[in-house]
Amino acid sequence: MGLPIEIYLNVAASGLLTGLVYGLMALGLSVIFGVVRVVNFAHGEMMTVGMYVAILAFATLGIDPLVMMVPIAAVLFVFGYLLQTGLINPFINRPEHSQFMLLVAVALILVNLQLIVFGPDSQGVRTSYSFDSYAIGPLIIDASKVYAALAAVAVAAALFAFFRFTLLGKAIRACADNYHGALVVGLNVKHLYALTFGLGTACVGAAGAMLVAITDVTPTIGPAYTLLAFVIVITGGLGSMPGALLGGVLIGVTEALGGLLFTPSAKSMFAFGILVLVLLFRPQGILGRKLS
Amino acid sequence: MTAFLQIDNLSKSFSGLKAVQDVSFTVPKGEIVGLIGPNGAGKTTCFNLIAGVYKPDQGTVTLGGRSIGGWRPDQICLAGVGRTFQIVKPFAGLSVLENVIVGALKASPSVTEARGKAKSVLERLGLWHKRNQQASELTLPERKRLEVARALATEPQILLLDEVMAGLRPTEMDTMVSVFRELNASSGLTILMIEHVMRAVMSLSKKVVVLNYGQVIAAGTPDEVTRDPAVLECYLGEEAL
Amino acid sequence: MIRHLLDGVPRRGIALLLVLLAILLAAPYLVGGYVLSVLFLILYFAYVGQAWNIMMGFAGQLSLGHSLYVGLGAYAAAALYVHFGISPWIGLGASIIISGFAGAVIGFLAFRFGVSGVYFAILTIAFAEFARIGFDHFAWVSGSSGLFLPVENYTENDFWNLRGSPAMFYYLMLAMTVAAFLLCHLLLKSRVGYYWLAIRESPEAAQALGINIFKYKMYAVVLSAAMTSLAGVVFAFYYNNLFPEQIFHISRSIELILGPIIGGVGTLVGPLVGAFLLTALAEGLRELMLQIGVEVPGVKQVFYGFCLLWVVMFLPDGVWPPLARLLGLHKTERED
Repeated sequence: MGLPIEIYLNVAASGLLTGLVYGLMALGLSVIFGVVRVVNFAHGEMMTVGMYVAILAFATLGIDPLVMMVPIAAVLFVFGYLLQTGLINPFINRPEHSQFMLLVAVALILVNLQLIVFGPDSQGVRTSYSFDSYAIGPLIIDASKVYAALAAVAVAAALFAFFRFTLLGKAIRACADNYHGALVVGLNVKHLYALTFGLGTACVGAAGAMLVAITDVTPTIGPAYTLLAFVIVITGGLGSMPGALLGGVLIGVTEALGGLLFTPSAKSMFAFGILVLVLLFRPQGILGRKLS
Repeated sequence: MTAFLQIDNLSKSFSGLKAVQDVSFTVPKGEIVGLIGPNGAGKTTCFNLIAGVYKPDQGTVTLGGRSIGGWRPDQICLAGVGRTFQIVKPFAGLSVLENVIVGALKASPSVTEARGKAKSVLERLGLWHKRNQQASELTLPERKRLEVARALATEPQILLLDEVMAGLRPTEMDTMVSVFRELNASSGLTILMIEHVMRAVMSLSKKVVVLNYGQVIAAGTPDEVTRDPAVLECYLGEEAL
Repeated sequence: MIRHLLDGVPRRGIALLLVLLAILLAAPYLVGGYVLSVLFLILYFAYVGQAWNIMMGFAGQLSLGHSLYVGLGAYAAAALYVHFGISPWIGLGASIIISGFAGAVIGFLAFRFGVSGVYFAILTIAFAEFARIGFDHFAWVSGSSGLFLPVENYTENDFWNLRGSPAMFYYLMLAMTVAAFLLCHLLLKSRVGYYWLAIRESPEAAQALGINIFKYKMYAVVLSAAMTSLAGVVFAFYYNNLFPEQIFHISRSIELILGPIIGGVGTLVGPLVGAFLLTALAEGLRELMLQIGVEVPGVKQVFYGFCLLWVVMFLPDGVWPPLARLLGLHKTERED
């Protein structure tokens, strides 16, 4: 390969920053699964909702996507909360595949409603700093990716802190550890589940607002992001919050380098390659606890 | 008296907790052996080690002279071990008859023949009149009997029974006891049973093995065991003293 | 053989099936081209639904990546025909082998390591997506610009090369659907069928009864994949064009499992009923939209989504079980 090493470093650094945003997206999925034990098959579709809202806000009101992150997260929190209370809570004791099909239906509806509303063409935002970059030694890094990654880390840190230090976060973790125990000690499990689902969708909404500054969106890209989130979560280790971020970074860097070495349109194949490797050699994921 | 099932120095830990430690005992051919002990003594873990659900950390399981330690559950079943689950696992969506046919297929060349075998097992256990009901519609005692029927249908040489008497009414229990006694007498079926209901253990088994904290603390005839001070202290204490 | 086939099936059921078969056989003489194309679609979805049902309905393994097998089957036979003029009747051998192998690889990866349930479903999607992107860059089959089969006007049907009238494809699809139905019926009455149901209901208990669950799950994946690939062959020669973006797309996978889910997972008749309901309703909706003059892509899928939501919420066993009770066709007591 005739490319200078700086190119690889640049691409890897850019993949790392994108990967942190992916990580936040996957974190949402991981939190939902870890607590509610429901696989949010509409995860990527919810993220594209966040992306479109950010685009609309930018196009009509000129609001920066990173500012819109907060209201978008709030809107998706409410959406997630309502979805859990209205649709998913009645399904808690149903078989796994039945819950899964419920969310497949939600995904199908979401993705095609977006297709109807926004049309099939790809859209994006061009902020004032879209073409700015920072030079760090030999590296040249897009400013928008740096901001997005910083935002992702900040949100993830807030989520960690919430689960570790607040009473509500501890209550949610109690539900995750022992559903019946939580019921017995008088926790309102359904409410906590809904909160968790809301937090998960808020994460993915925020990730969407960040991602829109990095890449364009089409309505039909949703399922691909859902899959990417799964790949990241399985790679990083189910139920491990640091695992989701680590998996995001790993997949982000792999995809970026794979796209450079081959062709950008084939980059997701590398993510699937990692998935297969993980399933072969470490089925519980990189940071996952060994299953007995 | 030849040992049919022989357990030697069997050990298993779960994340540091020693569930079964250095357990050894034998089950002679054609006998009924009881495995007793307080809750959490490691009885079911022991069963799962014999049946292949877990792989032993140490020790060997020998069946009829062949070492079967570390085999898969289905291989162990094919080797002649039938088992029931403490927490019953019926094929809920299938009928009672279909449940037992699945078991009977192990030793039958065709479905038709398996159906015939299933019929005789169900009749023996008094479930024939329920044959067309879905397993999910059965009461718990019926499900326990279905577990036994399914395991018996595989025509095992040794049957591992995990608390099949729990929750049965005295009359139901007597029926069950007589079924096992008759099976044992007529076909020489070897039985290893985990049981909390002392009446059933005492009336069926010639030999009893007592586990506590994952270790064998006593073994012998029911009389010997019930007089053993270690057993009295750890387990029968509240009941017997 | 025939007696074995009819064993335990209610008389009225057989009568109804024969009437249905007679109507379907006569259909090309009775209806116009449009209705025939809808009937073809119904049979197509009934067939692939039946094939998918072997995995999910019988063996309990949720695959959400069945478009992989449709696509591999379609591409294998079509590429052999386009490049070497090999008849699809020979090419389908390649389709079966390639799809069966893909199924075996996925099954091996998943079942060896206890990847089950939802994770298994995700693995199947990942493989389908992998194939979609891979075929986009696969020059031998023209990548993302699509593989086209030569289309000419035929004066008569060339059955050997599957070039001909819609009616020919219709009868082919009908034959496949009937064959799949009978095969599944026989499988359910056989050892492997009992074992699959046992694995679906409780893998641990199945294993304790001497069933090698890995082996039987592999049988289910490979058979289901091979059967699905045949639908791909027909798809390729019926539509004459293949695009990775379309044939491997996840929405195709979801489309093909809607039939059996709506009809009733694990039932024999469910895939048929579901395919009929869904396709008929979707075509009705399309007609309605044409009448109103709205043409927006995505409406059909939103409709599918609501159908799925409704069925999953209110008819968890699908339409067929309650319908069967209504028709007096539910499992009758066997006289032993």
